[in-house]
Amino acid sequence: MVQTRKSQLVDPLIDNNPITLQVLGICSALAVTSSLNVAFVMALAVTLVTGFSSMFISMLRNQIPGSIRIIVQMVIIASLVIVVDQLLKAYAYEISKTLSVFVGLIITNCIVMGRAEAFAMKNPPVDSFIDGIGNGLGYGLILMTVGVVRELFGSGSLFGITILPTVNNGGWYVPNGLLLLPPSAFFVIGLLIWALRTWKPKQQEDREYRIQSVEAH
Amino acid sequence: MPETPETPSENKGMIRRFLDTPPDNTAKTVTVAVALCLVASMVVSAAAVTLRPVQDANRLRDKQINVLEVAGVYDPNVPVAEAFAAFEPHVVDLDTGAFADQYDIETFDELATSKDPAIVRALDEDPAGLGGTQQYFQMIYILRDDAGDIDKVVLPVEGYGLWSTLYGFIALEENGNDIYGLQFYQQGETPGLGAEVDNPRWKALWNGKKLRDEDDVLQITVAKTPPAAGREYYVDALAGATLTSNGVDNLVRFWMGQQGFGPFLERLKAGEI
Repeated sequence: MVQTRKSQLVDPLIDNNPITLQVLGICSALAVTSSLNVAFVMALAVTLVTGFSSMFISMLRNQIPGSIRIIVQMVIIASLVIVVDQLLKAYAYEISKTLSVFVGLIITNCIVMGRAEAFAMKNPPVDSFIDGIGNGLGYGLILMTVGVVRELFGSGSLFGITILPTVNNGGWYVPNGLLLLPPSAFFVIGLLIWALRTWKPKQQEDREYRIQSVEAH
Repeated sequence: MPETPETPSENKGMIRRFLDTPPDNTAKTVTVAVALCLVASMVVSAAAVTLRPVQDANRLRDKQINVLEVAGVYDPNVPVAEAFAAFEPHVVDLDTGAFADQYDIETFDELATSKDPAIVRALDEDPAGLGGTQQYFQMIYILRDDAGDIDKVVLPVEGYGLWSTLYGFIALEENGNDIYGLQFYQQGETPGLGAEVDNPRWKALWNGKKLRDEDDVLQITVAKTPPAAGREYYVDALAGATLTSNGVDNLVRFWMGQQGFGPFLERLKAGEI
């Protein structure tokens, strides 16, 4: 498959989005989307980690023994995540407090592993880096979309700035508590996937089986 | 990250030969694994070590800001360290309520984080959900007014809510009975429900409440309805966060009770501090 660098960067946003098309990285999308600040930093961190881990893995791809390749990928990803975590604690302490354990959980984000295994092991470093950044941005886009819905209707604010004054603070808006709980992100992501696949029918998956009627003997 | 940090540089032939070996050869698999682990651990430790001072400074600053905020003297325009210097830190022995001067203030934080067995005791009853043990030497902060009299005392509190341990400070007036404020600096409760413990409107409810009644019985409570003792001992529970509210109720009553700062507060009332 021949891809230009631009399409490597842009495709994962809508056409080949890691969350809505490949349905990867759902767990962290549930956890960090209840407020936009957190979602934004998480998206940024995942984008950087995916980009750089893909690049490093691609640089080493001809030397990585097949039998331990997943472990090698994990070591590289985990090291990068720890570095990001340390940097956040040092230079963005407030945000690292709200992100708490989720930064560490980037390691388990399927998108990072998925790109390493599916793309970086077979392509040169620059392409892999762009591919990683593109997929990180695709993930970020969905994260922010879900975050807007959840924060606006769950706490009546966007980026912590009050849009709909809530009853708790003397306003009129009764927030939807369900949206603050992780399961609500399932509904929002589900609806997003539905909308996207209706808009772009090409993304619909073929049935894996067909119900057939067989004549009884 | 270098590809093969394994071989010393002078022998080019060896590197080339190593790179050309098929990756699935056993010797090569082991070499790559070892080399990668070495490089990765060096990168990680370098990041951790070089950034530690900045991180420690952040943590300390965050704690100091919280002490300032709970005592109502935080001003974003004044440098934190300068404002914090007005506070007098002391280590208190919870058993006797007296100052434990054998501990150095400077190094006590380190001792406390190391969970040194010398300052930890087992609990028979653990209403605050501390995991069965309690640190019975605690660092407290005293704020004095211009005349040198005690203005406020800031005491650390901690306890389990719904998902997480809440860490915070409670500020009391000089009589050791009137609450000035309660604030948590670390908690992981449900956003929008339990995490509303950080809502300024809820925190403001604590101001002016009393811990004990005239008979010296601990009455303060976080509840859905006012207790028989009266409204001055009552903070309205958070809507939709029963378990977090229970947790706050438990931890405040625990730390203000006999196993917590009770003995210290008696001394404070008696004017022995």
